[in-house]
Amino acid sequence: MDFELSDDQVALCDGIRDLCQGRFDIDTVRGLADCDGVDRQLWGELADTGVFSLVVPEEDGGVGLGWAEAGLVFEQLGRALVPGPLVGTLLAAGVVDDSVVGLIERTDGPALVEYPDVLDALLVLDGDGVWRVDAAELSFEAAQSVDPLTPVGRVAKLPQGEQVSEETYGWANRAVYLSSALQVGLATGARELAVAYAQERQQFGKPIGQFQAIKHKCADMYSREEVARASLYYAGCVMDATMGPGLPAEPGDYLYFHGCTIERGDALGDHEHRELVRAVSGARILAAEAADHNGKDCVQVHGGMGFTWEIDAHLYLKRAWALTPCFGSLDRHAERIADMVGADPLAYTSSMG
Amino acid sequence: MDIRLSAEEVAFRDELRAWLGEALPTLGNPPGSDDWAARREWDMGWQRKLYDAGYAGINWPSEFGGRGSTPTEHLIFLEETTRMGAPYVGMNFVAQLHAGPTLILEATAEQQARHLPAMLKGEEVWCQGFSEPNAGSDLASLSTRAIRDGDHYVVTGQKIWTSFGHVADYCELLVRTDPEAPKHRGITWLICPMDLPGIEVRPITTVAGSSEFCEVFFDEVRIPVENRVGDENDGWRVAMVTFSFERGTAFISELLGTMNQLAEMAELARSIPRNGSTAWDDDEIRREIGRLQAEYDALWALTKRVVSQAQRTGMPGPGGSVFKLYYADVKKRMADLAHRMLERNALVLAEDSGDEQTGGDMVASRLYVLSLSIAAGTSEIQRNIIGERILGLPKER
Repeated sequence: MDFELSDDQVALCDGIRDLCQGRFDIDTVRGLADCDGVDRQLWGELADTGVFSLVVPEEDGGVGLGWAEAGLVFEQLGRALVPGPLVGTLLAAGVVDDSVVGLIERTDGPALVEYPDVLDALLVLDGDGVWRVDAAELSFEAAQSVDPLTPVGRVAKLPQGEQVSEETYGWANRAVYLSSALQVGLATGARELAVAYAQERQQFGKPIGQFQAIKHKCADMYSREEVARASLYYAGCVMDATMGPGLPAEPGDYLYFHGCTIERGDALGDHEHRELVRAVSGARILAAEAADHNGKDCVQVHGGMGFTWEIDAHLYLKRAWALTPCFGSLDRHAERIADMVGADPLAYTSSMG
Repeated sequence: MDIRLSAEEVAFRDELRAWLGEALPTLGNPPGSDDWAARREWDMGWQRKLYDAGYAGINWPSEFGGRGSTPTEHLIFLEETTRMGAPYVGMNFVAQLHAGPTLILEATAEQQARHLPAMLKGEEVWCQGFSEPNAGSDLASLSTRAIRDGDHYVVTGQKIWTSFGHVADYCELLVRTDPEAPKHRGITWLICPMDLPGIEVRPITTVAGSSEFCEVFFDEVRIPVENRVGDENDGWRVAMVTFSFERGTAFISELLGTMNQLAEMAELARSIPRNGSTAWDDDEIRREIGRLQAEYDALWALTKRVVSQAQRTGMPGPGGSVFKLYYADVKKRMADLAHRMLERNALVLAEDSGDEQTGGDMVASRLYVLSLSIAAGTSEIQRNIIGERILGLPKER
């Protein structure tokens, strides 16, 4: 066991962070609000870097990495506040040919769709699988989003679309996992902004970070973020173990979760299912709450300035809020985990319950 | 990032499981919490079994009689022993986790030869004489005085929060040897035999009614200079060596035990009648159980990160402070949830036998958890450590 990042993983994080700092500085990101959240040129650069084809096997033209790495990359994108339908576009890679792809859960009535004016296609998940709806089939009614960098539009009813996958369970878990990765990054970005301000802002003749009232708030922000990060990384490892793209079964290639051994190559059985649910829904809850609380604390540490549009604190908080309602409420995820606590193995067959 | 166990680690685990499967059924029932002689025999007997099977000093280097296991094997050891219900380290805590590792790093060959084998065999109980009534979070201001008199230090003062002080054979003792020096530079680390004349131990009753804590009074106690570990006035640095151990792996058994408790709580919730159904059907209760499980799973993952850092660098990472801070808070929420579930049954504490029907052990736990945010560095001190050492915020002083 070595649960630290490998050298390659560290290099991957550094590379994406450099890309974000170079191409998605905060002024650029704020400017993306004027082009509905996505600039095709910049989006193309993300695609060319391999951000969306990370988990597509190399023989199919992808980068051939795992879900753990995808989580690390999305964490950096969240930290830099990079907007756009990142989750849908990554999951669509290798499945459809579109460049900017949204992802939504089917509802009976009207639906709110993120980034309505820039999508090539929208993937719709329901109990029967995944369906591609061409953007031309969608007509949106304008709605004002809570997050200036996550524009939304309302459709009266989602068209049926063309089926592109019969799998729902895996898609939903992957979407939840990638959203959680973005939120861990948001929690980090908000904490970094707050700590930087606490070091520089002076009151009563001292940097405010010298006062325990502020220092301890920053420490709590860091703790939430680290616990959420550990949860996310664990989920990434479990994803790779239970639904990785064609990893070979080798003798001695063991997984060890909560007291049981799994040999890779086994079908996804009850135990793996329980691990996956616990890991992904757990990361979901902790990442969403870390992003929410760190966003709020970042506003608070900035005092009056934190309540202004000028300071970036609100952008972290609003993105955290925009990403949270995704394939189940936090309460639903908590219930999902509760069903996995205790001694009785539970058969669990529906997509997200 | 690889959470898989290697073939060697799997072999280590399987061998350990097989041994535990044979050793545990021979143990009998644990003694009552106030029967100190029996508790000592129980804890030391388990340590001796570990020694005979080659599991004593699991993470101690082999040249000092330990097994020389990797941090991951240490983690597996703690996980498996907790999962299978083996005795906790108990009153061997200080010897195994503080004093022993400190002696390995800082003591003379004679001191090591005298104490390390006895610690491993379960022949010496150690306690910790660090905190004082006026030196808690500000430990470096301790004032227990040691005056050099020939080849002895003459020690006078008072220590507090000394767990198992009344059964211990030795104390890792911090004393003030230079009152003129800056407070961190006038402290010395001594091995103090607890049977020396002039030592008086008085148990302290905790809010949970237990009495493992003690006050220890020193009245002109003569401790040989040869019992000094490290240089005179260098004791603060020597003491800091043990703190990093304390925040590394010390909470693994505790966390895994807590996860077992949560599973028991889920079972209990299914059996407690509530509104014509059971407590389990109360959404609030079920969701809180799910959230707590998510947080414990995350803390377990964080532990694996800290252990992996230790494996790479030789020292536990800063995640130890994060763990302790977060864990104390989550465990209190679990105890509060137990009260919400138990309602009027929460008035009753469990007897020693454990009354799982009413959840009385969970009521006792609600008292015990108050200590988690205080012992081994309060949550406020942990936040200072995170704020200053990790985030680089300016020191208050």
